[in-house]
Amino acid sequence: MDQMRWKGYLRKDGRKGIRNYVAVVYLCECAHHIATEIANRFKEHPVQLIGSQGCYHSEYAQNILNAVCTHPNVGGVLLISMGCDGVNVRKLEQIVSESGRPVNSISIQKAGGTRMSLSIGVQWVDWCLGIIDGVMKVNMTVEDLIVGTISSGNDATSAMTANPAVGQAVNHLISQKGTVIYAETDEMAGLEGVIDERTTKPELAENLKEYIEKAARDPRVLTYSTIEEECMSLYCQTGDAAICGMIKPAQRPTKPGLFLIDLLFGDQKKAKVPKINVSAKMVDMIASGCHLIICTTGKGSVIGSAIAPVIKICANPMTFIQMRDNIDINAGGILDGDETLEEIGEKIFVGLQFVASGIPSCAEGRGHQEFILH
Amino acid sequence: MEKLLKLHHLDNVLVLTDDIQAGEHNTCGEMEFYFPRSIDMGHKVAARYIEAGEKIIKYGVSIGFATKMIQMGDHVHLHNMKSEVLPKLINTYEN
Repeated sequence: MDQMRWKGYLRKDGRKGIRNYVAVVYLCECAHHIATEIANRFKEHPVQLIGSQGCYHSEYAQNILNAVCTHPNVGGVLLISMGCDGVNVRKLEQIVSESGRPVNSISIQKAGGTRMSLSIGVQWVDWCLGIIDGVMKVNMTVEDLIVGTISSGNDATSAMTANPAVGQAVNHLISQKGTVIYAETDEMAGLEGVIDERTTKPELAENLKEYIEKAARDPRVLTYSTIEEECMSLYCQTGDAAICGMIKPAQRPTKPGLFLIDLLFGDQKKAKVPKINVSAKMVDMIASGCHLIICTTGKGSVIGSAIAPVIKICANPMTFIQMRDNIDINAGGILDGDETLEEIGEKIFVGLQFVASGIPSCAEGRGHQEFILH
Repeated sequence: MEKLLKLHHLDNVLVLTDDIQAGEHNTCGEMEFYFPRSIDMGHKVAARYIEAGEKIIKYGVSIGFATKMIQMGDHVHLHNMKSEVLPKLINTYEN
């Protein structure tokens, strides 16, 4: 498959982005409204709203915000806090500043309330947009990309069309030195043997075995006969590549290749609490550096994300007809015999490069910018 | 219309891309099948004769084993296949 080349944004830390956003960040719920109002003044501009409900200190929230605010798709950052927040604003500001990005923080208490904060914020974002417009553009290819894969609203068709077709696209990505992060890691019960065969390092295989055990839960029976089959219906998104490692949210892959991301809550040996909120999973993947996310659906899904474009692959041709607005690629042709898994896999591979080059995905086009820290 | 899809070249089962009615004939490439009973979309049928105890291969990997012999074209589900890992998982839960 031919590699496309497009222009990306070179950050001072050397990373390359496919979008050039000003992130308006609320650091507690009290700052949410003001941040929303500021972002809303720039609806036609690359400005995105993200944030945390704050109030208490959470190492998780701090790590994710540090990572997302220095994500390659982010050019500048406006931090808005009440003044009494749980997030360490100074540390966050310092991290963003050290990454070479313009950053400003508004303390609502110091600024003198809603109207003053709003006015300072709008002025700053306006200035920042001008600055980041001048960011150096550089060539990018799939070698520079980290792509996340996930699913939202599976049905019986997901297992036959969209998920295995994503696996084909992942094979293309990996063979061209791209990097992929797979998120449905809470559903790998029974795949110990399959996963073991695909890991190169024995200690990684051991870690993964332990992880799978922690995540194990009772199988749901649909058209699946066994738990192995149910888990494979998602895991087939990973294609055939060797597994390079298991990363935590906000930890970045160390080299090109396929990575799994740990999305279980808690560190207890027998913790069985997987993260189920798709937006929260996407935020974790973005914190780990995903430039864009491929999301399969069968029943239909509208969700997008702030910071990284989400590309929807629809497994079910009926859903595609009903929710055309929200679907980037229809994999349903596989059911009718009109298209093969390989053909849809190539379409996904080509499509994600188009989106990387700047063409908005459906979720972006409809204004979806979901973001939740959970 | 062909309603049988092989997801991986190693597979010994095919998936149904549409419901199949009792008495229907259908094909997958060169292979021809007759279905005496109706089977719903998403379910599996045997791509070839499968011995009792043999692994059921889908997505190119084992998803369990046959608990009895399965003829080519037979519906493959809970009545003739079983998880290899579930007993181990249940053990993990209980301990």
